[in-house]
Amino acid sequence: MSVLAAPEIHIEWSALAPVLIVLGAAVVATLVEAFVPRQARRLVQVPLALLSVAAAGLVALQLALTASSSTTAAAQGNLAVDPMALYLQLAIAACSLLGLLVIADRTVQGEDAFAPQASAVPASEYEEQVRRAGWTQTDVFPLVLFAVGGMMLFPAATDLITLFVSLEVLSLPLYLLTGMARHRRLLSQEASLKYFLLGALASAFFLFGAAWVYGATGTLNLYVIQISVSSVTGLSPILVVGAVLILVGLLFKVGAVPFHAWTPDVYQGAPTVVTGFMAACTKIAAFGALLRVIYAMVPGLEWSLEPVLWTVAILTMVVGTVVGLVQKDVKRLLAYSAIAHAGFILVGVTAYSLEGLSGSLFYLFTYGISTVGAFGVLSLVREVDSDGHMRGEATGLDQWRGLGRRSPLLAGCFAIFLLSFAGIPLTSGFVAKFAVFGAAFGSGAAALGIVGLACSAAAAFFYARVIQVMFFDSPPDEEVRLTTVGPGIGVRTLGFTQIAIAVSLALTLVLGIVPGWFLSFTEELSSLLMLTR
Amino acid sequence: MTMETFPWLTVLIAAPAVGALVVWLGGPALQRFARQIAFGWSVVVLALAVVMATGFKADGSIQFAERYEWIPQFGVSYAVGVNGVGLTMVLLSALLVPLVLLAAWKEQPDPAKAAHYAALVLCLETFMIAVFAARDVFFFYLLFEAMLIPVYFMIGSFGGPGAKKAAVKFLLYSLAGGLVMLAGVIAVWTSGPRGRTGFMIDSLIGFDWGSTSVERLMFLSFFVAFAVKAPMFPVHTWLPDAAQAAKPGTSVLLVGVLDKVGTFGMITLCLPLFPEATTWAAPVIVVLAVVSIFWGALLALGQSDILRMIAYTSVSHFGFIVLGVFAFTSTAEIGASFYMVNHGLSTGALFLLAGFLIARRGTQDMTKMGPGLQRTTPLLAGTFLVVGLSAVALPGLSTFVSEFMVLVGTYQRIPAAAVISALGVIMAALYILIAYQKIFTGPKQDDLADTPDLNGRELWVVAPLIALMLVFGLYPKPAIDWLKAPAAETVEQAGYKEPLPEVLENLLSAPDPGAESLVTVGRASSSLEGGQS
Repeated sequence: MSVLAAPEIHIEWSALAPVLIVLGAAVVATLVEAFVPRQARRLVQVPLALLSVAAAGLVALQLALTASSSTTAAAQGNLAVDPMALYLQLAIAACSLLGLLVIADRTVQGEDAFAPQASAVPASEYEEQVRRAGWTQTDVFPLVLFAVGGMMLFPAATDLITLFVSLEVLSLPLYLLTGMARHRRLLSQEASLKYFLLGALASAFFLFGAAWVYGATGTLNLYVIQISVSSVTGLSPILVVGAVLILVGLLFKVGAVPFHAWTPDVYQGAPTVVTGFMAACTKIAAFGALLRVIYAMVPGLEWSLEPVLWTVAILTMVVGTVVGLVQKDVKRLLAYSAIAHAGFILVGVTAYSLEGLSGSLFYLFTYGISTVGAFGVLSLVREVDSDGHMRGEATGLDQWRGLGRRSPLLAGCFAIFLLSFAGIPLTSGFVAKFAVFGAAFGSGAAALGIVGLACSAAAAFFYARVIQVMFFDSPPDEEVRLTTVGPGIGVRTLGFTQIAIAVSLALTLVLGIVPGWFLSFTEELSSLLMLTR
Repeated sequence: MTMETFPWLTVLIAAPAVGALVVWLGGPALQRFARQIAFGWSVVVLALAVVMATGFKADGSIQFAERYEWIPQFGVSYAVGVNGVGLTMVLLSALLVPLVLLAAWKEQPDPAKAAHYAALVLCLETFMIAVFAARDVFFFYLLFEAMLIPVYFMIGSFGGPGAKKAAVKFLLYSLAGGLVMLAGVIAVWTSGPRGRTGFMIDSLIGFDWGSTSVERLMFLSFFVAFAVKAPMFPVHTWLPDAAQAAKPGTSVLLVGVLDKVGTFGMITLCLPLFPEATTWAAPVIVVLAVVSIFWGALLALGQSDILRMIAYTSVSHFGFIVLGVFAFTSTAEIGASFYMVNHGLSTGALFLLAGFLIARRGTQDMTKMGPGLQRTTPLLAGTFLVVGLSAVALPGLSTFVSEFMVLVGTYQRIPAAAVISALGVIMAALYILIAYQKIFTGPKQDDLADTPDLNGRELWVVAPLIALMLVFGLYPKPAIDWLKAPAAETVEQAGYKEPLPEVLENLLSAPDPGAESLVTVGRASSSLEGGQS
């Protein structure tokens, strides 16, 4: 019919439904920003975002439950709809749903975590006017949805260009969101700029590496690369350089040392609600992509890549732990803890076995869930001025003194998240650590496992310090208070955050006490994936 | 449901946890009666434990066993069951908890705090009973670590000055030990039999680990954790700090029961699972044990703080227990297991009495408590003397039986260690009598005249402990009957035979056909002797 006969493109719509739902909702949300009156926007945006992410998660779950061992290549082989992709999409949807609940929350005075007008110059007349007028920046929701869409694509992409595009789709909204904090805006904008510059650098590395790999193999598709890598006798230096550069790009997103420099500043500068979402979901997505790339490249390049991965894993664990020990700010502390955890997950990734894969998948989900919860708690601890108005978040460790006395429930929840990060039994963090370290011991990477255990022991110190500050120290003077009115539950917000905290707390405990069912799930997925390789 | 099929241990494990939840979440109305509820609850638990014990048969088998699959992916089961050693420790835990609650009756004026403390004690009781009943290495490890949390809060939130630091020190020592053990637990899985019962102690006993060095490393990783817990020289330094800063009731549970998990672990895990490594390490451990005996006693002599002094005496006593465990004769083994019970009674009583003294005199310094307190508080002085003499192992008190058996049993295998350790008894007499002298003897002091003597509640706290020490001191047979069979089994699992008197050894080497049967009789009677000495 058409004059220009385009090649027929076949898209598996149903298999891509989770991503399409989220990205479609993001487009709709952008239109909402344009056409719905300002007062009504929030009312539309919040349910739209929550429902679309929930729907995407449910579809991913449905697809994962019916997934068979055969990998469904979708969108002309650019995407894989295999068990791992679906599982990670499900995990991302779950964490983003909780993260969105925290993001959508606002105090009873109607303040959310974002600047009323992100474009207003900090401390300007205009900013003050906008604040008085009670505007809110509802663009946050389409931005988050775009980021979630990118994250869901990222671990499914099997083509280096698709990988790159989804990397940018998830990163650009995050750069923006980082700069939108309501309080301490300069810090936030600085973090945003830093994140953007370093992120752009990492993207450049990735792209450069993709070019080298293309030069060596003549293809961008990971499966084809895998075949050509394993058939090559004798290593091509061009290929090795390309693979290392690609890994650099991905390890940056993961926050592994030495590509971690952005993590503490961005975690601290970004609005806490965004930090939680970003910390959890980016880690899942980036590790998903990393797993896919490593599992495609390592079989052929094992001897060249393994030392790199080992070094990075050990450095990440050690630096995250050691630098974390001296932090005085809870957000920075959690940032270094995130770096250390990236190292722990890398141990599972490097183990390169069924147990390693299964353990990493389990670790990613449980860590993501606990992280959202922990940052949710963080977002509820605020400074209050003498008139009872909320100021910024109180993230200094000093300001947390005696939190356990004033707000035992909140502090108790945070303590459980910390214990989970520390890997104390009966929390999901312990099972996850056992899974990845066990895999390392079982696959001849015992040295990595031992470094991991040593770092866990040292990291326990800084988690214990926060618990000590919360429960054993007496509260500071009245200048810093919580938004608490009741006995620990009555934080005066709409209550979304509390729901998110409760859900992630429940999951942290359930997956710590009865993890069998979930482990069999991840193990089954991993065995399906290992079969297809 | 008959006596045999009733899930005794599960009920015993669950009951205190339920009690803790009731007390903790009961709200202000219930919390006013938290002490009464918690005490009543713990008495019911004790009654249950006693009823269970009446159904126990002293044949050395694991009884009241239950097993359910928990995390089949890692071969983890919920498996409980007790032999004589486990049962006596379960009974000891169940006995000490109500006494501790009763002793702490007036410690916390604030009902919410009192409820909090009672809930922590009950929570700890659950873990204590479970850890002594665990028949699965992973389950044991979980509890071993999880127990830290309530104790950490009991020390940190309720202790005196310096409690924060002591709590953190306790946590870090234990966590470090625990993570070393985790490496061993992971190794049990990766180099063990695996499968769905891969962590069951019963399926690990007699397992061939394949390589001597692996077995030795695993043994060391377990032993280090137990040595920290027990505490042995040179990793004992956390205990005096913790005991000094914590409430005496906390110390009763900490020293009386929790530290026994270390020696209990040596008996039930180290010896049976790693017999070759046990033999390999025994010489060094015996030396460390003897050093502990003297190091603890010497430092106890130098203390002026009464709680610190008791803590150091415990280091000395734990030296005896470890010596008994690693002497590999059933007499010493029985002595060590019995010592664990008696030390719980004796040191528990000593800590409680010290608590009553501190409450009266407002100081922990022995030189400031007296002198001459005996004139005004004869009951307190008398009980202190009796309990103190039990720490010296005075004949007629149960501690004598166990200490004597340890020394006799050790003499059969390592005469030098037994001879040297016997001198420790003299030092024990010194530190106890000097303490008694500082506090109680001397002329009547006017400013001490209104110091009240023990009241009814306090008498009821100490009386059961003294009564039990007297009963077991004069008639130890029932306890020893329970401990005999497991002790012989442990010695056998560790790969040793009962040493025989020289006459019988000579007979065995003689070519007399009747010698064999005579030796069998001799073995039986020599272990019987052990049982009745």
